[in-house]
Amino acid sequence: MFDDLADLYQQVILDHSKSPRNFHRLDPADRTAEGTNPLCGDNITVFLRMDGARIKELSFQGSGCAISKASASIMTESLQGRTLTEVKGLFDQVHDMVTTGKSPASDMGKLAVFAGVHRFPARVKCAILPWHAVLAALEGQVNPVTTE
Amino acid sequence: MSTGNSTAEPLPPVRDLSALRADFPILNQAVNGHPLVYLDNAATSQKPVAVIEAMDRYYRCDNANVHRGIHELSNRATATMENSRARAARFLNAARSSEVVFTRGTTESINLVAATWGADNLRPGDQILLTEMEHHSNLVPWQLVARRTGAELVFLPVTGDEGLLDLARLDALLTPRVRLFALTHVSNTLGTVNPVAELCERARKVGAVSLVDAAQSAGHLPLDVQAIGCDFLACSGHKLCGPTGIGLLYGRQEQLEAMPPWQGGGEMISSVDFHESRWNVVPHKFEAGTPNIAGSVGLHAAFDYLDAIGRQRIFQHDQELAGYAYERLTTLSGTRVFGPRTGRSGVVSFLLDDVHAHDLVTAADQFGVALRGGHHCNQPLMRKLGVPSTARASFYFYNTRAEVDRLIEVLREIRRFFGG
Ligand SMILES: Cc1ncc(COP(=O)(O)O)c(C=O)c1O
Repeated sequence: MFDDLADLYQQVILDHSKSPRNFHRLDPADRTAEGTNPLCGDNITVFLRMDGARIKELSFQGSGCAISKASASIMTESLQGRTLTEVKGLFDQVHDMVTTGKSPASDMGKLAVFAGVHRFPARVKCAILPWHAVLAALEGQVNPVTTE
Repeated sequence: MSTGNSTAEPLPPVRDLSALRADFPILNQAVNGHPLVYLDNAATSQKPVAVIEAMDRYYRCDNANVHRGIHELSNRATATMENSRARAARFLNAARSSEVVFTRGTTESINLVAATWGADNLRPGDQILLTEMEHHSNLVPWQLVARRTGAELVFLPVTGDEGLLDLARLDALLTPRVRLFALTHVSNTLGTVNPVAELCERARKVGAVSLVDAAQSAGHLPLDVQAIGCDFLACSGHKLCGPTGIGLLYGRQEQLEAMPPWQGGGEMISSVDFHESRWNVVPHKFEAGTPNIAGSVGLHAAFDYLDAIGRQRIFQHDQELAGYAYERLTTLSGTRVFGPRTGRSGVVSFLLDDVHAHDLVTAADQFGVALRGGHHCNQPLMRKLGVPSTARASFYFYNTRAEVDRLIEVLREIRRFFGG
């Protein structure tokens, strides 16, 4: 009965949505950006501290569904020490995985738990929202980004 | 064969509303391995065979363009469209067919009034009174026209979770500065049924024009524009068993006549010169271009279908189901239910523990239960209620108590799944 649901909401996702990691504000932060999903009112702000071109520290705040929260939480764990180019590369893979279901490359680590999202088209935006925010922060975009 | 004069013979009285489910083939299917429980009627209703077949018949037998033709089929198409207009006037109890303008739906109807009446009548310092429970489509068009004209928006507040209009504030807000009072008849989020006749009368007393958003009421309760006493009323066909892409704007004859045209094109003119044109009479002045003829046929069939059941009866059924859902939801631990306890329409918004509305709706869909989750085009209201979104179940006459029971059972499962 719960098969498809359990495929989407893997235990790791439920865990991260209930106790998100790096769920606080960084003050001061070198970079920050807000992402909103106007359809559901989800709203995530990411905070970055940089060490040259690399992310030294990364956190987030905001409200959202289990998917967007877990995605943000796992993303913050996955991006420490990465450069913009590396983040873009990972984003492309995550995007591919959640939209097409293409099996994730082996080096994706925990991010692979979002593979089930592709069977729920309405939820792709939830998984992608924090990534848009972090890319905007890295690229120095000032206006809030939206998933629309 | 002509559908032009196909005002259906009265249907036999309906004894058991659930028997009507047989008229809706779409309801008879499994979704994600479970029987479909369709509880998203406030977004759009399903369509009975009578409506689907009327449109099919029109395309098979009568299709042509209206007004401009002289041949037989064109005559039929014209008669069909004008027949639908007359039927719509009866559905709303408008005094004349010419007070009914065909539009794409509620949103377009309101935009039409904002762009024509609003642009012509609003001056800097004038006020437009709205309520805090308006759908974006009865808010954003007024923001646009306010920006252009220098008019100002003011809002009649909503009283927290129970979702009633704070009528004690009305006197202070409804001053002679208010040129227009636009409000929803039934809230698509809270299910509140507003006392529109009383409110339109109050508007009239200060010389304000009134507009009623009937998107959620037209197909659900008896509606009489003369009894309501509004200047304008807007509704959508697709929420009342009709097709998408067609709706109505009712406007009092004097208002419509005084208003400038909206879009320019064919159909809306009486004569055209290279530099100037003369406008057609109302309502044609507001209907530029080839109209949605097939849509009007489907709408006509929907009106016949609903009136054969009786809208008072539909309203009673909606209220019973909503009341039952409200009781069962409130006895389920960890729920927060929005909107009035009694007197509500068939719309119930709620939240379940810490389960986000989006997750809840995704999960319910896995059990074949179609809900809606989000801000329901009511973002400012959501902010006021202090929630980013809610889940919403909305009923129609073909829904049953057994479906409400199923909803509750599924919510229990969902809570278990998310470990609440
Ligand atoms: C109260 C209310 N007003 C307006 C609308 C807009 O209707 P439509 O999208 O058919 O134009 C809706 C539909 O969701 C509604 O519920």
